[in-house]
Amino acid sequence: MNATARAKHKNSFSFIDFMYKYGTLLTIVLLIAFFGIFTDNFLTSSSLINILLAVSVSTIIATGLTVSLAVGGFDLSIGSTASLANAIVISLFVWHGQSMGVGIGLTILFCLVVGVVNAFLVINFKIQDMLMTLATMFIFQGIALTYTRGATVSQNMIMPSGDYATGTIPALFGKIGKVPWIIIIMLVVVLLTHLFLQYTKHGRYMYMIGGNREAAELSGLPVSRYRLAAYLISALLATIGGIMIGARVMVAEVNSGGPMLMDAVAAAFIGYSVLGAGKPNALGTFFGALLIQILSYGLIMMSVPYYAMDIVKGSVLALALAITYYKRKH
Amino acid sequence: MNEPARGGLEMRSISIAFPGVQALSNVDFAAASGRTHALIGANGAGKSTLMKVLAGAYDHYVGEIHVDGTTASIRSPRDAKAIGIQIVYQEVDTALIAYLSVGENIMLDQTVHGMGGRQFIRWRELHEAAGAVLKRMGISIPTRKLVSELTLAEKQMVLIARAVAVDCRFLILDEPTAPLSSSETARLFTLVRQLKSEGVGIIFISHRLPELYEICEDITVMRDGKGVITGQLSDMDQATIVQYMLGQRMEQQFPDRTPVVGETALAVTGLSDGGMLHDIQLHLKKGEVVGLAGLVGAGKTELCRALFGASPGAVSEVTLHGRKLRLRSPNQAVKQGIALIPEERRREGIFVHEPVGTNLTAAVLSRFTRAMAWLSPAKEKRAATEMIERLGIKTPSERTLVRNLSGGNQQKVAIGKWLLADSEVYIFDEPTKGVDVGAKKDIFELIAGLAARGKSVLYASSELNEIIGITDRIYVMYDGRIVRELDSDDTDEEELMIYCTGGGQA
Repeated sequence: MNATARAKHKNSFSFIDFMYKYGTLLTIVLLIAFFGIFTDNFLTSSSLINILLAVSVSTIIATGLTVSLAVGGFDLSIGSTASLANAIVISLFVWHGQSMGVGIGLTILFCLVVGVVNAFLVINFKIQDMLMTLATMFIFQGIALTYTRGATVSQNMIMPSGDYATGTIPALFGKIGKVPWIIIIMLVVVLLTHLFLQYTKHGRYMYMIGGNREAAELSGLPVSRYRLAAYLISALLATIGGIMIGARVMVAEVNSGGPMLMDAVAAAFIGYSVLGAGKPNALGTFFGALLIQILSYGLIMMSVPYYAMDIVKGSVLALALAITYYKRKH
Repeated sequence: MNEPARGGLEMRSISIAFPGVQALSNVDFAAASGRTHALIGANGAGKSTLMKVLAGAYDHYVGEIHVDGTTASIRSPRDAKAIGIQIVYQEVDTALIAYLSVGENIMLDQTVHGMGGRQFIRWRELHEAAGAVLKRMGISIPTRKLVSELTLAEKQMVLIARAVAVDCRFLILDEPTAPLSSSETARLFTLVRQLKSEGVGIIFISHRLPELYEICEDITVMRDGKGVITGQLSDMDQATIVQYMLGQRMEQQFPDRTPVVGETALAVTGLSDGGMLHDIQLHLKKGEVVGLAGLVGAGKTELCRALFGASPGAVSEVTLHGRKLRLRSPNQAVKQGIALIPEERRREGIFVHEPVGTNLTAAVLSRFTRAMAWLSPAKEKRAATEMIERLGIKTPSERTLVRNLSGGNQQKVAIGKWLLADSEVYIFDEPTKGVDVGAKKDIFELIAGLAARGKSVLYASSELNEIIGITDRIYVMYDGRIVRELDSDDTDEEELMIYCTGGGQA
């Protein structure tokens, strides 16, 4: 009786179920078909690569956010962390003439402090993650600005002393910001994070903590340690994202990572519903980012002005959220 | 007593049902102005439900309510308030608005309903009126203080003040003394006596029988959703009341077991948590099932959590097989062989959005991994299927989400998690709460099985017949202390209930 009632319930909502599971992927396929038919140059390998290139940095950053979401957190400081990483890595090359290994290594080290600070504040003061990282978002953004004195860092820039900066950005560093490396790095990050969250003990623990922190605590899981780990991973991936920005444009612009935040949030939340996961997951995040980018790219090719793109992004996010939350209730 | 004619209220054959339960059936109840009427019963007897009916919290009950001899229709809180029936619920924080001042909270009803067309609040008037109420009650709390800064006892006073600030003829106090210290209780009783002298009829719910004799004249005892007896309190002693509370219970099936009790496993001395718990001493032997009896609010849950390292403020000396334990977090407790099956299953014990298998392996996931913490789904599945079979968990597969199981099966999942962990000490906090009879029996057998394998079990419950049935030895808790240690074979529910309600003390 109960079972049949449930089955019936399932049937009547099968459309919602289907859309929930495959909606994102289906939309991507439909969009590709649509733009392929109605624009001239959409279905070419160069536009496909362009799209992947365009999502690479924001996807890496969004993957970090996904990990913080998995433990029930919310790391809003990722954009600032990326800006900071961008500023540090370029400045290490340009101002201090460091080699590529030292530059990247030191940048990651500095930026992991961001994760430690976030985790410390969130765990010890029991402040809501979103509010706390909103505060640290401003702090780290400010630190990045202060460090660069509010200016763009680039080769041969004029230093306060009046001389030109003598350091150079290694050619190899510029390489990782180009196709295909930047895309490969993104795919590796997404894949590793997906495997970590889905197939290791640690990933399982993180989802448990995100699902029910009280029960996780009372199951004997070291909850604080995993929340710390999640914020470290989040900061690490934001840092890698920031370094990739540097590698792509070979300068550190003011607040270069800031705009990535909202893209990352949108991608991660659209990703909730991919393949019916119902929770933050790296693969979903990737497809979420892809969906937004394909839509923007196609619309631009159809001569929709670029400044209207935020309307599109927001609408897609709202729709994805509506489906996810509707599904949760039913 | 039998004077519902003038200055009294009478509830006649009140019945109410909720999905799956008949909460009240044909209950009669009467209260008179200027008297205090005690409403007594074990947990789940229906006291609070009856009072909620009176306060207008439900609109689907059957029966009649008469006030001063005329029929009153009470279907909403507003109806009840219009007649002058006010209730102070046990959870004071849910009824107060913490970031408003004392005065605003006291005058809340007037601010919400009594403003008429006015848009602006007259602050001076509000505080003067609130101050006047407090003064009449003999309470000195500044009306401009924020409620969030008050102690629990003061918050209760504010709630009572709010009740009497409007026309209050009958005041229901739902277990007001449970969280109070003895001096705070004394202050509350002074207030009750004064209200009584002003002609307010008071209905007083409590689990602490001795204190009834200080302020109550009449008493009604309830059991299993029915009224058992109504009479003058002076005609009844505590033992009689307890007899009425318990009545003849249905015999339950408990597993036959011959306890093989070994040496002391867990020993606890001097456990306090700076709040609820005071100087707790207890020990568990190998293969022993020890009961922790006490009513709701006696401190059982707090004690269970403290033993599991989940109570940050707790200090104690705990040893397991003579080895000193560090219990600063549940994580440490689990590593040292302690398991807790918590009371609030859905919130604390299980992951409802995860499948059965994931829940079962949660505490010992490391055992199902290969190198680099890589999960092995095959191993996990095998262990989960085995456990599902062993516990008789009714689920289509180990991949079914736990939220789709019944309460009893969810509880089995919560227990199964710790069976896989193979701990030394198992702490059960109200494991039969919300569990059907069949699953109950399974749970009892499981506990007996644990003891037979040489584990120590601490079984905390307010279901006294279950405690007597399943345990070898019983600690009775009252007001955050262990007040008695009894042999389960040499005691009965009545004796237990007397100690649980604070009786029998020298």
